[in-house]
Amino acid sequence: MSKFKKKRGATSAAISTASLPDIIFMLLFFFMVVTVLRDSELKINVVTPHATELIKLEEKSLVNYIYIGKPKQKFQEIYGTSPRMQLGDKIATVGEIPLFLEQHRIKVMEQKRPRIITSLRVDGDVTMGIVQDVKTQLRKSGQFKVNYSAKQRAKD
Amino acid sequence: MARNRSRMSNEINAGSMADIAFLLLIFFLVTTQIVEDKGIMVKLPPWSEEEPDITKLKKRNVFSVLVNAQNQLLVRGEVESVSTLKEKAKEFIWNPKKREDLAEKPTKAIISLKNDRGTNYKTYLEVYNELKAAYNELWTEEVLRGVQRGDYPAKYKEYSDDLPLHIRKEVRSKIPFVLSEAEPTAFGEE
Repeated sequence: MSKFKKKRGATSAAISTASLPDIIFMLLFFFMVVTVLRDSELKINVVTPHATELIKLEEKSLVNYIYIGKPKQKFQEIYGTSPRMQLGDKIATVGEIPLFLEQHRIKVMEQKRPRIITSLRVDGDVTMGIVQDVKTQLRKSGQFKVNYSAKQRAKD
Repeated sequence: MARNRSRMSNEINAGSMADIAFLLLIFFLVTTQIVEDKGIMVKLPPWSEEEPDITKLKKRNVFSVLVNAQNQLLVRGEVESVSTLKEKAKEFIWNPKKREDLAEKPTKAIISLKNDRGTNYKTYLEVYNELKAAYNELWTEEVLRGVQRGDYPAKYKEYSDDLPLHIRKEVRSKIPFVLSEAEPTAFGEE
């Protein structure tokens, strides 16, 4: 009995923290890999609507984004308050879409080009007029695969 | 004494390593935005100058949906709400009672969607979502029937992208998703 007691007293209470950095580094690397540093700052407000029949976009390099929404408060002096479209990091007009698509296309490997998807990130409160113009332009430019970006909503 | 000191400097104190790593970790935690990259997939039709003429089709095969600038729905000439649209569409496409005024068969059913320029995008997407949901449910039912017949392995319980491509193609050829979108009328533009 006394032997037992002695043993417990002898073990040091401190836990070795030598492997702590390794654990933290592992977490760090996870977040570094997962992080997508956004290359374009949004000048417009985009709150995508909710929907149920969603499909996940797998290959990010095959996706280009078109944003539509009302300009943010600080940009309203320049761009007004009616809905505008943003390509990359600047507000653009519908006529600039073909060039934008082409600039993305040349970065993609040739055999993957038919799989390019345009993701339309459109604010829920925007009227269909501008969306329709963008869709028409996409059809004219031969970009038929489109994804209406939306958030998941629980089914019924 | 000197020898003692040199031996000590051989070992770098790694105790602060965790702090540095923590700092970096917190930086990435704060800057990370896990972007939800999900949405409704749509295949747009190629551009053509002339409008597709749905009046040539038999009236019973066309499921016309109109969404106006006030975000109201008109389905086959009747005022409808988004919540009942899916069931209506399913009944129309599948036509279980073989009614005279609904689609002859699923392969002949065509959904015609038309909106105003002033229609809210949110409403438009909701309507599109319901129509897509109707087809997704019909496809799931078709898969389940296939499982019952013994054509497909019993592990498949719903229509999804996990199904092998040939099954998906077969199901979709039985109940093809045909949605024709007319050019919107210029009402209520902001």
